[in-house]
Amino acid sequence: MAQLTYRAAVTRAIAQEMERDERVVFLGEDVATAGGVFKTTGGLLERFGPERVRDTPISEQAIVGAAMGAAMTGMRPVAELMFSDFVAVCWDIIANEIAKTRYMTNGQVTLPLVIRTANGGGLRFGAQHSQAVENWAMAVPGLKVVAPSTPRDVVGLFAAAVRDPDPVMFFEAKSLYPAKDEVPDGEIVDRLGTAAVRRRGGDCTILALAAMVPRALQAADELAALGIDATVVDVRSLVPLDTDTILDACVRTGRVFTVEENPRLCGWGAEVVSTLVEQAWSDLSGPPVRITTPHVPLPAADALEDAAIPSAARVTETVQKALG
Amino acid sequence: MPTPTELGLPPEPAFADDVDRDTALHLYTTMLRARRFEKRAYDLFLQNLVKGTSHLSLGQEAVAAGVAAAMRPGDWTFATYRGHAHTLARGVAMEPVMAELLGRSTGLLAGKGGSMHLTSVEHGMMGSYAIVGAHLTVANGAAWSARLRGTDQVAVCFFGDGTTNIGAFHEALNMASTWRLPVLFVCENNLWMEYTPIADVTAVPRPAADRAAGYGLEPVVVDGNDVTAVYGVARTAVARARAGEGPSLVEALTYRHGGHSRADPAKYRSDDEVTPWLARDPVETYHRHLVAAGVDEAALKEIDGDVMRELDEATEAAKASPPPDLGLVERDVWADGSAAWRS
Repeated sequence: MAQLTYRAAVTRAIAQEMERDERVVFLGEDVATAGGVFKTTGGLLERFGPERVRDTPISEQAIVGAAMGAAMTGMRPVAELMFSDFVAVCWDIIANEIAKTRYMTNGQVTLPLVIRTANGGGLRFGAQHSQAVENWAMAVPGLKVVAPSTPRDVVGLFAAAVRDPDPVMFFEAKSLYPAKDEVPDGEIVDRLGTAAVRRRGGDCTILALAAMVPRALQAADELAALGIDATVVDVRSLVPLDTDTILDACVRTGRVFTVEENPRLCGWGAEVVSTLVEQAWSDLSGPPVRITTPHVPLPAADALEDAAIPSAARVTETVQKALG
Repeated sequence: MPTPTELGLPPEPAFADDVDRDTALHLYTTMLRARRFEKRAYDLFLQNLVKGTSHLSLGQEAVAAGVAAAMRPGDWTFATYRGHAHTLARGVAMEPVMAELLGRSTGLLAGKGGSMHLTSVEHGMMGSYAIVGAHLTVANGAAWSARLRGTDQVAVCFFGDGTTNIGAFHEALNMASTWRLPVLFVCENNLWMEYTPIADVTAVPRPAADRAAGYGLEPVVVDGNDVTAVYGVARTAVARARAGEGPSLVEALTYRHGGHSRADPAKYRSDDEVTPWLARDPVETYHRHLVAAGVDEAALKEIDGDVMRELDEATEAAKASPPPDLGLVERDVWADGSAAWRS
């Protein structure tokens, strides 16, 4: 068992899969010689060589297009988009080509590829380098969507993403890169489409994703001190969505809160809540409450960014008010 | 629009004499299959049997035929929404293509793709892409994969003149060149973007060739109505790619006999413009050339008979084919065959 940062877990995850399967190749901007702008890919070039670990020009369409072409001809490419905001630059290739090709070709073409990207706020980078865009990907049929919250899950879910036969968008929470936690030794492989119950409590259920998970857990500790015992579910995977685990955790308490970093409209919580009210209306003892970033572009200043993204304090306060 | 003469093209294609008889008849057959197929497809539009839209290559068949003849089985074709000719040129049978246009269960894609997305992986036809420019980047990935896997496969990517003004074109050319990828980019310059002359919206006279230098490539311009010239240029470029000498960019000057899509009667073009191009019809001029070169007319008639037989059978089979099973709506989003969004 090693203590690893989320950042180091990314490196270990990529190395684990490249070591195991020579079809796994990796490309992106500044990923090889420089080791990644977030220092998540250091040493991979030295270990796996310049043909399998490739620096690209600033050409996001060329990056994900190359991943697609390699995937459809027998490789298992991993493409890095430096910031998740940049998916907008190559959304045609992702949403129109990668997501739809299997369906349009009646299953002739299979695209086993992973697009990794640094997602979300916390670094005061402003509206074009801080967005949480996992809900954009969730809205497109044909993309699987994963967002780990712990170093262990980075390794396990990344392995699952690489081994999956379909395209997976892998959203790394950039504010969690320095976060440290225990990661078991040896190979770790998770299953996509599995949520994880991080804490059990009988009074309410808090659903959170990626960087919002540690905040939800902190809020749960604060709520416990106030006499409110919360279950916290780490959603982990938006597509496929583990509705069994999520609904089960929700109906056990009857009160549900989502904590979402994405701006409010059409965030993942909206889909979860709609499924919940369709399928478990009678098990709810109060209205589900969504705690999200307001429907605004993200501001840069630390005070403003902190006010926009859900904090542990906001979660605590919202839950306490709703249950009080 | 410039006339063929103003573009430096002879009134009729010059046609090389160094093509052996079998290859020559193969080139002719490939063009004729595309020509007859698309004329039939157009008739079926008029009968409302083909729904949606469709983009015909009538007049441009020499490009698909000449390049395909320079490729090997195992090489990859990436085409555009104007991809019927390119699909047939890789040896795909007419019947599943026609059934796809009619939206029938026996269609190449069981009706899920339609005219603009023809794909047949077993023939190396890796897709027809309907967003301008996207597939140049995808062809690069296939070419990279060939090198990674140590094969000598080559990726060939066809696109129109309009594509040279979209960002993905420039991203793809730069990456292909810096990575020295085994890929051939073929620009079919038919002089019209969609409804707008390409010259009116492009900074240079040759939309592809004049950009080649920007990516460290040689400018190559070829008479796109001369199937032998296209074949020759493609053979050189494919050989370069196979030998690890990197990508090529070819601009084939040609002309669309019809409009951009079935909805477009192309009334924006004058008779003065169209007439000299019809005189350069790639199929008819090559037919005349073959006869003049001593090929027996009976042999060419026999080819036409075979093509018409395949076409008639394909048409009847497609018409008789039932619509797709409605269960297909929720099939094959994922590799396990399902469309499930929850686990």
